[in-house]
Amino acid sequence: MTETSMHAFEIRDYLRKELMPHFMCPGCGHGIALRALLWALYELDIDKNNLAIVSGIGCSGRVGAYIDANTMHVNHGRPLAYATGLKLARPDLEVIVITGDGDCLAIGGNHLIHACRRNLNLTCIMLNNEIYGMTGGQVSPTTTVDRFTTTTPFGNHEPGFDSCKLAAAAGAGLVGREITLQVPALKNLIKEGITHPGFAFLEVISDCTEIYGRKNELGESPEMMLSQKASTRSDVYGNSVDQPFRPNAFETGVLTRNDRPEYADAYKQHMGRIMAASN
Amino acid sequence: MSTVSTAATTSALQSVEGNHACALAAIAAGCRFYAGYPITPSSEVAEKMSVELPKVGGTFIQMEDEIASMGAVLGASMGGVKALTATSGPGFSLKQENLGYASMAEIPCVIVNVMRGGPSTGLPTRPSQGDVMQARWGSHGDHPVIVLTPASVDEIYTETVRAFNLSELLRVPVVLLYDEVIGHLVETIELREPADLELFERRWTRAPPEEYVPFAAADDGVPEMARPGDGYRTHITGLTHGENGFPTQNPEQVDRVMRRLLGKLDRNQSLVEHFEALTCEDADIIIVAYGITSRAARRAVKLGREQGIGVGLFRPITLWPFPQQAFVEIVDSAGKILVPELNAGQLCLEIERLCSPSSKVSRMNRIDGLAITPNEILERVKALESND
Ligand SMILES: Cc1ncc(C[n+]2csc(CCOP(=O)(O)OP(=O)(O)O)c2C)c(N)n1
Ligand code: SF4
Ligand SMILES: [Mg+2]
Repeated sequence: MTETSMHAFEIRDYLRKELMPHFMCPGCGHGIALRALLWALYELDIDKNNLAIVSGIGCSGRVGAYIDANTMHVNHGRPLAYATGLKLARPDLEVIVITGDGDCLAIGGNHLIHACRRNLNLTCIMLNNEIYGMTGGQVSPTTTVDRFTTTTPFGNHEPGFDSCKLAAAAGAGLVGREITLQVPALKNLIKEGITHPGFAFLEVISDCTEIYGRKNELGESPEMMLSQKASTRSDVYGNSVDQPFRPNAFETGVLTRNDRPEYADAYKQHMGRIMAASN
Repeated sequence: MSTVSTAATTSALQSVEGNHACALAAIAAGCRFYAGYPITPSSEVAEKMSVELPKVGGTFIQMEDEIASMGAVLGASMGGVKALTATSGPGFSLKQENLGYASMAEIPCVIVNVMRGGPSTGLPTRPSQGDVMQARWGSHGDHPVIVLTPASVDEIYTETVRAFNLSELLRVPVVLLYDEVIGHLVETIELREPADLELFERRWTRAPPEEYVPFAAADDGVPEMARPGDGYRTHITGLTHGENGFPTQNPEQVDRVMRRLLGKLDRNQSLVEHFEALTCEDADIIIVAYGITSRAARRAVKLGREQGIGVGLFRPITLWPFPQQAFVEIVDSAGKILVPELNAGQLCLEIERLCSPSSKVSRMNRIDGLAITPNEILERVKALESND
């Protein structure tokens, strides 16, 4: 064990304290996800100086700035594109992307599938709160059917993405999902993602308490989080909460491992062979 | 401003196509990253980069679209590597969002736009100069951008090098704007070795991390940069930010950062400005032309002079910011100004704005996918001369 990991995890060591208080609403799941990420960084003993956080636009994207690292808050939907350039130019950096369901699956959907296909060694953490939080609660590509948002005043009629299936089908090296109720499990999943030598796509089930929760009368943060748990256990589905937040049960943990060549390695080796042959 | 050391090396004469000259110049200037998406008539830049970059340990990647290409270029540049992308018409439109990020967050990058006929898919294989205004105002909001318009293959080479220099030094996106004809033209040029080029490198801060203020600028308005991994742990955002790099809505801070950003190029006018004036001193008629059209204009000036007509050529090589002072000093006094362009009239708006009421500005526009010929220009010059 190195010096940093000798003492217990202290979240303040990884935060830009001068930016406090943060912008998040009370009970927002994004803050829990941030804590789990910082905990994972601590346990992996990641050097903050070599850590780059690339985030998009949204409440999810704003989370990145609080991390005491090299933080890049880029355009809406584009963090994977920026991260791809950054990682290729600077393979020595640990590059983690923080994005939202709108950022990653709507405007950034094309970048996501190609990032999965390439399998460059990035970790993409998508905070899925089923809503466009930052812009005031519009429907997103993961909003549950029949839920109310400011742009589905009569209830959402569009089916959502299963982002993990999408990422796995597109070839991501590692795909996983975890709920914010299970912080240690989430921390462990993030560690798996970071240490995986390829593209890791992690979906974090987060809650927008203030907008989505209120609008759909899903209760306060504790109720919303309990419904996360209900949704991960099909056997208790239906009786643990009156109105399950997510009517469909879903799996958590590492869902897919795809043992494929890592993009930058493959490029380097391929070019190395060609250059050697032409010399 | 730091210059890379020079050592005696040889330069080679070679026949190359314009787009290839751009790629070779980029590599000579130290570019080690290219991200792009294929589009006529710019694809040869990407193709050449895909061959040449691996030879120098650089990285080439074809991204999923132009938005991603521009994002990847900025990511690489934020990592400290000189980066290039090339595109045309529709792709240039898609680059604009991230180009604005480069202006706001002050990330060096070079964007080539080989102009084809527009709007929309337009005339993919035909020359045009229709993106003059988009190159200046394509991204939303007031933003700084430099636009260079080379007129020959050799000038593509030298202006590509200058594009990297300006971008790195001033932390501003630089657009290299030329048209399909020059992009595909083959001319004999001198390929310089990097050691024979004057190369400016990005100014990395040497301040201790605890004293470094990421967006505090010296007199020239350009803040020093910090490279990730060097211990600075800065925040970069496209949100309006204070000198510490974090978002702010404080009107005083917002005003200060915006005025610095927008004033940066004026403060460095001598570096940025670049133009050519040909027999303008005694001219009664001056043609203002750039890129492919300036080649026809140059010929028209020669023919006109041979016939005793007092005609000159003013050629902005840095198109934006427009060389305003030089224009007023050199061109305005002539009284008659002719602006030939392969568009419906774009740069002429700037000329009309700048010239005094007594000057007469005549437009000359082709929008049929063909270039303007020397004789067409000469005919117009003669017509202008005779209607005093
Ligand atoms: C190009 C562009 N389009 C739209 C927006 C407005 N916008 C900002 S955040 C956002 C949605 C964010 O939703 P999500 O990614 O789910 O993040 P959350 O706020 O829910 O965490 C949108 C549409 C923008 N900033 N840029
Ligand atoms: S609006 Fe929703 S997502 Fe954004 S901070 Fe508040 S609770 Fe979180
Ligand atoms: Mg969301």
